[in-house]
Amino acid sequence: MTSIPHLLVHEHNDNVGVVVIEGLKSGTKMLCCVTSDNSTFELEAKADVPIGHKIALDDLKEGDTATKYGEDIGKFISNVEKGGHVHVHNLKTKRW
Amino acid sequence: MSTKYSNRTFMGYRRDNGRAGVRNHVLILPVDDISNAAVEAVGNNIKGTLAVPHAYGRLQFGEDLDLHFRTMIGTGSNPNVAACIVIGIEPGWTKIITDGIAKTGKPVQGFSIEQNGDLKTIMDASRKAKEFVHYASELQKEEISISELWVSTKCGESDTTTGLGSCPTVGNMFDKLLPEGIYGCFGETSEITGAEHICKKRAVNEEVGEKWYKMWQAYQNEVIEQFKTDDLSDSQPTKGNIEGGLSTIEEKALGNLEKIGRTSKYIDILEPAEIPDSRKGLYFMDSSSAAAECVTLMAAGGYVVHTFPTGQGNVVGNPIVPVIKITANPRTVRTMSEHVDVDVSGILKREMTIDEAGDNLIDMIVRTASGRNTAAEALGHREFSMTKLYRSA
Repeated sequence: MTSIPHLLVHEHNDNVGVVVIEGLKSGTKMLCCVTSDNSTFELEAKADVPIGHKIALDDLKEGDTATKYGEDIGKFISNVEKGGHVHVHNLKTKRW
Repeated sequence: MSTKYSNRTFMGYRRDNGRAGVRNHVLILPVDDISNAAVEAVGNNIKGTLAVPHAYGRLQFGEDLDLHFRTMIGTGSNPNVAACIVIGIEPGWTKIITDGIAKTGKPVQGFSIEQNGDLKTIMDASRKAKEFVHYASELQKEEISISELWVSTKCGESDTTTGLGSCPTVGNMFDKLLPEGIYGCFGETSEITGAEHICKKRAVNEEVGEKWYKMWQAYQNEVIEQFKTDDLSDSQPTKGNIEGGLSTIEEKALGNLEKIGRTSKYIDILEPAEIPDSRKGLYFMDSSSAAAECVTLMAAGGYVVHTFPTGQGNVVGNPIVPVIKITANPRTVRTMSEHVDVDVSGILKREMTIDEAGDNLIDMIVRTASGRNTAAEALGHREFSMTKLYRSA
């Protein structure tokens, strides 16, 4: 890859990705890479998101399932726009 | 079949029971909490010994006492220990632990404090410890095949980068070295919650998978259901995990399981601190997800090198087993570099493949086994934390 990605996504059917650079600013046109086959796409960040935190790859609605590693990692408890910050404020396990 | 890993060797210590050690400690081990003062005094008197005080060992009973003895005997029996002094308040339990360690053939002697007092015990134990230091310091290293290594793993202060980088690095190492004949071990029973359906399928056959699932379910029933709050009391994920971007236990568990790679299958389940039988391969040890407890249990199970992926920067070490830290988080590399043995942050930049990272880890395992001190060893991390199953009598 010629330049360093801002966001990594495990699998093609995931709807969230992980910020892998420090100091990501809202409005950044992110280079995103799907690690399963190194394919890339672009996405605009809609918030300042810390390294390690997640970003929504689509407009997601309350009640939708969050998918990462191609697996169910919980449900959205509020709507998130494409490019928005995903974390404990809008994503929760289905177990408890 | 010969691979590029088959001819790798390290310089280690051959013990009387045939096992290969990578360190050469003379251990001063207390049976119980009230023997810590004597143990620490002997450790101060005789240079080249290592005292490992701990908090338990009185009025334990049943399964909890069995685990205490197994942890003590396993720690003294670990091939990284050349010789061992055992000190307890009374001779009965002291003898149980001393006799257990003696089965390895290594020099071991027990001392008890009642009817002697601390001062006489310390003097007698110090004289014997000095003999053991002379013995251990003359032992010579020899060239030993990488296939004789016992390598355990547990991750800590995980974040989203552990699932992307450092855990797959450990998994790649296991996928390469288990076929060479090493013993592997992973565990963290609570932390598989969220990926239990996947972990069950990673057993070598259905019977072992069922055995694993029953063990996991028993933990859910006996501990989680009785004591949980709605979010596991901020324990799973931890505050550190959340700071690092992990939102749910499922997300954490899926990252954790990356440590067993793509092809590795576990062949059996171990009780906490249980030493596996003669079958080489990967084992799951029923264990706490707290770093020091888990590493202590795996060390007692006979594992001689520990691989520890971390995201936010867990600093844990162990008195007898070198703990190799691997991180993919560039912020942790930048802010906590003194704790990092293997930097795989290149995976996040797509400048390093998982295959290359796995090879880098194998190189570090060989160097560590041959004597390189880990970051945790150099920084003096010797966390020895016993697992206790329930309240004492």
